[in-house]
Amino acid sequence: MVDVVYAVLVAPFKDMAGSPAFLVEVLIGGVFAGLMYSLVALGFVLIFKASGVFNFAQGVMVLFAALTLVGLLERGVPVVLALALTTAVMVALAFAIERFVLRPLVNQEHIILFMATIGLNFFLEGFGEMLWGANVKKLDIGIPDRSFVVRGVQINELELTAAVTAALLVTLLAMFFQKTRIGRALRAVADDHEAALSIGIPLKTIWVVVWSVAGVVAIVAGLMWGAKSGVQFSLSLIALKALPVLILGGFESVPGAIVGGLIIGIGEKVGEVYWGPLVGGAIENWFAYVLALAFLLARPQGLFGEKIIERV
Amino acid sequence: MVSDAPRPLLSVSNIEVIYDHVILVLKGVSLTVPEGGIVALLGANGAGKSTTLKAISGLLRTERGEVTKGAIEFRGRAIHRRNPSEVVKHGIVQVMEGRHVFEHLTVEENLLTGAYTRHNGQSTKKDLDVVYHYFPRLTERRGFKAGYVSGGEQQMVAIGRALMARPTLMLLDEPSMGLAPMLVTEIFEIVARLNRAEGVAVLLAEQNATMALQVARHGYVMENGRIVLDGDAKAISENEDIKEFYLGLTGVGQRKSYRDVKHYRRRKRWLS
Repeated sequence: MVDVVYAVLVAPFKDMAGSPAFLVEVLIGGVFAGLMYSLVALGFVLIFKASGVFNFAQGVMVLFAALTLVGLLERGVPVVLALALTTAVMVALAFAIERFVLRPLVNQEHIILFMATIGLNFFLEGFGEMLWGANVKKLDIGIPDRSFVVRGVQINELELTAAVTAALLVTLLAMFFQKTRIGRALRAVADDHEAALSIGIPLKTIWVVVWSVAGVVAIVAGLMWGAKSGVQFSLSLIALKALPVLILGGFESVPGAIVGGLIIGIGEKVGEVYWGPLVGGAIENWFAYVLALAFLLARPQGLFGEKIIERV
Repeated sequence: MVSDAPRPLLSVSNIEVIYDHVILVLKGVSLTVPEGGIVALLGANGAGKSTTLKAISGLLRTERGEVTKGAIEFRGRAIHRRNPSEVVKHGIVQVMEGRHVFEHLTVEENLLTGAYTRHNGQSTKKDLDVVYHYFPRLTERRGFKAGYVSGGEQQMVAIGRALMARPTLMLLDEPSMGLAPMLVTEIFEIVARLNRAEGVAVLLAEQNATMALQVARHGYVMENGRIVLDGDAKAISENEDIKEFYLGLTGVGQRKSYRDVKHYRRRKRWLS
């Protein structure tokens, strides 16, 4: 009994204190993984905020963006041009989604819009593979996947770039939502479609904007994940990891998506390394979901979720 | 009796509205609002007041309703096929029934969203001051989330938000709903002041006929999707039927006493 308590509560911390450089490495790994989850979760948050729709197709949008980018690069298009073209494709996709999926379903129940995004999910999956093929591709954007050492801590250059990019993107988005006219309109639409319409906010424009932004976020996420682990179908499954992030951070909160992602990223890496051996490993695979479950029980709106305002 | 102005600001002529392709809700409604006037649209629940307003503002179509006959003209231009955003740009804003503030935005952010259709930052600031001038209570509440302020304040936010679009015509749908009588008086006074000082014309849909007829110059009474009576606000409030059915007064002009409840109901003198 005492042994178990010691192994769970004392030994891991002794290990941490024993080699701080290694701990820092684990933490950095966690931050990186967390930011990657955040990037995917952000796409969900944006669309959920502006239309109350849970976009089931966000994961596939990441895959589709990455596939398009790789496909263009393989055909010898220079990196900058390929990025611009991919952005154009994602914006065009946003227009198409508004026109053919959302517009006919204005003022329908959220569940119906959700179902529509499931359809969109299958469509994009098939369409992407039809265009670009289904085999695993390597995404090379010119950032070397090598490490350098600072005070005994290994830092991966690619991971560092990804982290900085993610942080930048998130700051920009938060400012966009809080400070700009369109950002304010987006939040207004999220609160009350009809009222937003009544004061002249055009839903069409708002939806195109928000799906375009979500598309751009998908490009960044696809870029980073693709550079790390290749562009393949399983990329669309990272959306599953974004779910617990959303539950943790709150579905409507941009900062929540970031903090939620970081908590889950760091939590699962630290858990895996220090506590993993006790239970035979694989903590990484379930940690996020168990945490999400606990949150659903204790604080269903998430850490930063908008409180459900009820008047009595 | 139509207004004496040569061309009214808004004229709704003989419109028919159908929901979901089958349900006929408005059966030939006609009304006019003169430039800078206040017109009351009275009637009970389900009479078609809100539908009429939504037909004008274009919000109808998001509810699968459609103007199938007749025309709505604003300053001589047909607007019944326009979407809500275009209608707002033309100068008509609807304040929806039940307030509909953006709960998670602050009071000030709510007001600012009202200026969405306008792009001029400088004049937005000035308009904000105008709104705070008419609704001083909102000044103290500017940083609060709109979902947490009182019902009366929410109604002020909704009206203020609409004002931010600089409308020539405001469609007010049941501003008295769910508010204490004192607040209702306060809000109606502000509406009347807005009309006098800013020249905003108002089409006011109300169940509270007493209040509505005090501020309005002209009134229409709706029943079952039709206009059954219209006239000068004073004439309407003196009409025996209106007194009986909408104002709760007996023929002698006193408040009805429930001690001598009548055993018969007066028959309405109009066809509905």
